[in-house]
Amino acid sequence: MNNFEYTRASDVADAVRRIASDPAAKFVAGGTNLIDLMKENVARPSRLIDITHLPLDQIDETQDGGLRIGALVPNSDLAQHPQIEARYPLLGSAILAGASPQLRNMASTGGNLLQRTRCLYFYDTTTPCNKREPGSGCSAIGGINRMHAILGTSEHCIATHPSDMCVALAALEARVLATGRSGERSIAFAEFHRLPGDTPQLDSNLRADEIITAIELPPEGFAKNYTYLKIRDRLSYAFALVSIAVGLDIEGGTIKEARLALGGVAHKPWRNREAEARLEGAPATRENFVRAAETVLREARGFGHNDFKIELARRGILRALAQAARGTPQSQADKRIR
Amino acid sequence: MPAAGYLGKPTSRVDGRAKVTGTAKYAAEYDVPGLAHGFVVSSAIAKGRITTIHTADALAVAGVLDIFTHEHRPKLASSDEAYKDEVAPPGSPLRPLYDDRILFSGQPVALVVAEEFEIARFAASLVRVEYEHEAHVTDFEAQRERATVSKQDEDPTPSTARGNPAEAFERAAVRVNGQYRMPVEHHNPMEPFAATAVWEDDDRITVFDKTQGAQNSRNYVADVLEMPRDRVRVLSPYVGGAFGAGLRPQYQLLLAVLAARALKRSVRVTLTRQQMFTLGYRSANIHELALGADSDGSLVSFRHHAVGMTSRFEDFQRDFVHWSSLLYRCENVELGQSLVKLDQNTPCDMRAPGGAEGAYAIECAMDELAYAAKLDPLELRLINYSDKDQIEDRPYSSKQLRECYRQGAEKFGWSDRNPQPRSMRDGNELVGWGMATGIWEAMQVPASAKAVLTANGNVEIASATADIGPGTYTWMTQLAAEMLGVPLENVTAKLGDSTLPDAPVEGGSFTTSSVGSAIHAACRAVQRELLGLAQKMAGSPLAGAKLDDVVFAEGKIRYKQDESREVSVADAMRAGKAERIEKAASAAPNGDSKYSHYTHSAVFAEVKIDEQLGVIRVTRMVNAVAAGRILNPKTAASQILGAVVGGIGMALHEETVTDQRFGRFVTRNLADYHVPVNADVHAIDVIFVEEKDEEINPLGVKGVGEIGIVGTAAAIANAVYHATGKRVRDLPITLDKLMRD
Repeated sequence: MNNFEYTRASDVADAVRRIASDPAAKFVAGGTNLIDLMKENVARPSRLIDITHLPLDQIDETQDGGLRIGALVPNSDLAQHPQIEARYPLLGSAILAGASPQLRNMASTGGNLLQRTRCLYFYDTTTPCNKREPGSGCSAIGGINRMHAILGTSEHCIATHPSDMCVALAALEARVLATGRSGERSIAFAEFHRLPGDTPQLDSNLRADEIITAIELPPEGFAKNYTYLKIRDRLSYAFALVSIAVGLDIEGGTIKEARLALGGVAHKPWRNREAEARLEGAPATRENFVRAAETVLREARGFGHNDFKIELARRGILRALAQAARGTPQSQADKRIR
Repeated sequence: MPAAGYLGKPTSRVDGRAKVTGTAKYAAEYDVPGLAHGFVVSSAIAKGRITTIHTADALAVAGVLDIFTHEHRPKLASSDEAYKDEVAPPGSPLRPLYDDRILFSGQPVALVVAEEFEIARFAASLVRVEYEHEAHVTDFEAQRERATVSKQDEDPTPSTARGNPAEAFERAAVRVNGQYRMPVEHHNPMEPFAATAVWEDDDRITVFDKTQGAQNSRNYVADVLEMPRDRVRVLSPYVGGAFGAGLRPQYQLLLAVLAARALKRSVRVTLTRQQMFTLGYRSANIHELALGADSDGSLVSFRHHAVGMTSRFEDFQRDFVHWSSLLYRCENVELGQSLVKLDQNTPCDMRAPGGAEGAYAIECAMDELAYAAKLDPLELRLINYSDKDQIEDRPYSSKQLRECYRQGAEKFGWSDRNPQPRSMRDGNELVGWGMATGIWEAMQVPASAKAVLTANGNVEIASATADIGPGTYTWMTQLAAEMLGVPLENVTAKLGDSTLPDAPVEGGSFTTSSVGSAIHAACRAVQRELLGLAQKMAGSPLAGAKLDDVVFAEGKIRYKQDESREVSVADAMRAGKAERIEKAASAAPNGDSKYSHYTHSAVFAEVKIDEQLGVIRVTRMVNAVAAGRILNPKTAASQILGAVVGGIGMALHEETVTDQRFGRFVTRNLADYHVPVNADVHAIDVIFVEEKDEEINPLGVKGVGEIGIVGTAAAIANAVYHATGKRVRDLPITLDKLMRD
């Protein structure tokens, strides 16, 4: 852990001013990931800007009938919010699939988006890692990569994004509201996180002077036919090997609209519009689910230890689509897979 | 022994309130005036030499007091003997900060001491170490062919080959053979390793250490720093779990004391979770088993060869294989065990060392044999039941394993099992039932204790043993209360202090038998003196009574045959003008015993596995244990529960992974090193089968620390096979292994 200064932002404009004036500073809210990274000397911020006193903890309806979630709403509050439970159960379910109650109590909505990968090598400063130290090499390629990505990888990085909540947000086509020196902007969720490419040190497209202020959900929450299915190495409190968020709009046995996002398989929550399009206008049958899964995984590639994830993802997609179509979403309390 | 009613009764921990309210202090929680904090710098390479340690930047940080390295440290002993602790394996132990040699990745290479922990941690990140690398070898599997039989081990693999196993195997009607693997595991107790060294003066030091043996830590520190042992005092009244990791003195102890003596002030060194992965571990192990049986299932050949790993500098080896010569009746047996030397730290004991590994392989092989012989797995065990120790050719002092099988099977409902794999189902899930046998040595080692009875009816009982969680304080209290006839609340148990009567490290399930026997002897001596005082009273109603004729209960000494003849303890002490009666005693195992001493268990497991996704749930377990007399069924059951959870971890989760390129464990935290969480643990039934053993020790106890983990992983692995028809022979059983065709 390095020596750092601690400051507190008085409002959003003050937060932006503070972060813009010090490129090595970091915002801190719940600190559930950042503090660990600091202890391990992976993150070495010059200063922490405490944003926990900013008025960003409200959940409000938007004009178009969607929901606006303040960036500081704790994960646990969000999961249990009546509007989320009633209209966006996919999001609540994904949140409850992650971490532990204690962590969810601390973790903020905005911070959840900015979690960093749990790649073994990213955390071990004695080993090369392009994400931690650009140009040093990727130890996971040719190393221990059971947890690593099978889609959208690059020769520089095969890390995964660890969030469950973000997988649901991707499926729901949420938008991220960010404020910077040039004002507020709204970022489509699919545009928020990045693939590693040759800049694996960058996880997202959030600019250095920007703060996330809110997440906006569109009106459609797929509350009738959804599931969040997380497959992991123990039954709780483990990062996903593969997770699948599904939202379907089914009318008379035909899928009108389909959303399918995967976690644990890529550097960002993974969506494939082509696979979703294959489901749309088609009956909710196993054959169509198989085709969708094949489409999602067509470009998938393993790195040794994680080869099994391709088949696991295929089977997981089939099960998740079936759960959603049946209207029997996965319970996050009862670990039996439905 | 007379029963006043404390022993054998479920009794809550006497230290429970202190633990849950936070008043129980652990090694890193002692605040003393002027305390400084040390942070360890760990080696980044697996093998080589340190060429330079750059400390200037770190020393320049405000608040840094000093940085100790092999080039800058107080004098340390130069002989291996000084570093050999009570349970050191043969070899040349690690010498922290002794010289420039790097023996394993994560080895301590410097200690930064500062006014605050955070300053020390920050400064430690500024210490830059340059190395001269040498090629390391850390790949256990790849080096397996180079395994050798340890020449150094003082207790080599028993040469208990008998008969002609190869020939018997060839003519066996039913044969199975297989290779079974278990990876490196780390203990990961909740409490981090820490030592608070309280500097008193140049000649004396007191240390609060996380250890399973206060005297072992004391002797180590004194010997390495060349101090008289009576000038060092080590205390560890509470230990937040250890599972064997605290048997040997770990490097935080020496580093804290070394810094305190150099700086002439108190120093605390706390290891991080990541650094705890640089301590000892359960060695990876590979077993080859070949079993042959007649068509009726009678074993005719049992061959078991195992390979373990150790460091370059010590030969750590635990017996994986002798159980194969013991568990089942068989005329033809062959055993072998060898070691691979690697550029890793030395492994150490981890719950049921040797037994847990051996039983995993043996009990899976027996399960395979049951299918091959078309026999129920439990039936196969009964067919081959062994009533005598075939290694020593002598009977067991007690062995109620048959009753474990019976009661365990009944509780589990084993008779409803469909023998066919993949035959049982519950919705999307395949259901599997598996079972296994557990065995552990019922050991006793020399130990001492002291009992003090004061005229006000209070008792203090003391021994330098530890309570790493099993409930040692509690049964010590129960035992003294029972023997001296006083209420539990009148008894104070003291332990975890090197100045108390000598006791071994707490491990091996031998504490209750060893320390309990010593306490028993000390209390007997108090009883004897009390009876003498009572008999000296004029017209004593106990005149002529022998010690065995009386019972101590409710503050009285009573004739067993005629309860109206009694003298109160208080009266006896008053009459004899005795303010306090203090008795010390030692106990040692009976070296002339004509019996073998073992603990047994029968373990039953139910798993439910999602057929498509391979997600495993262990939905039910029954563990029926025969461990002699159970002094406290509540804490003993808790021991078994914890060990069964450890067995679930062994079966499904636990694995420390090495990246061979770096020669380094890359599993370094509890997010990556999985142990079972609540969701992984369902119903666990513990049964203690009644087992009277008057031969083994005066209390008739065998100990329950290890037995609960032995056989558990095999029962689960066998259940997984029964559910899926897939035999996964390398632990942990993760879902990807079930997906393989």
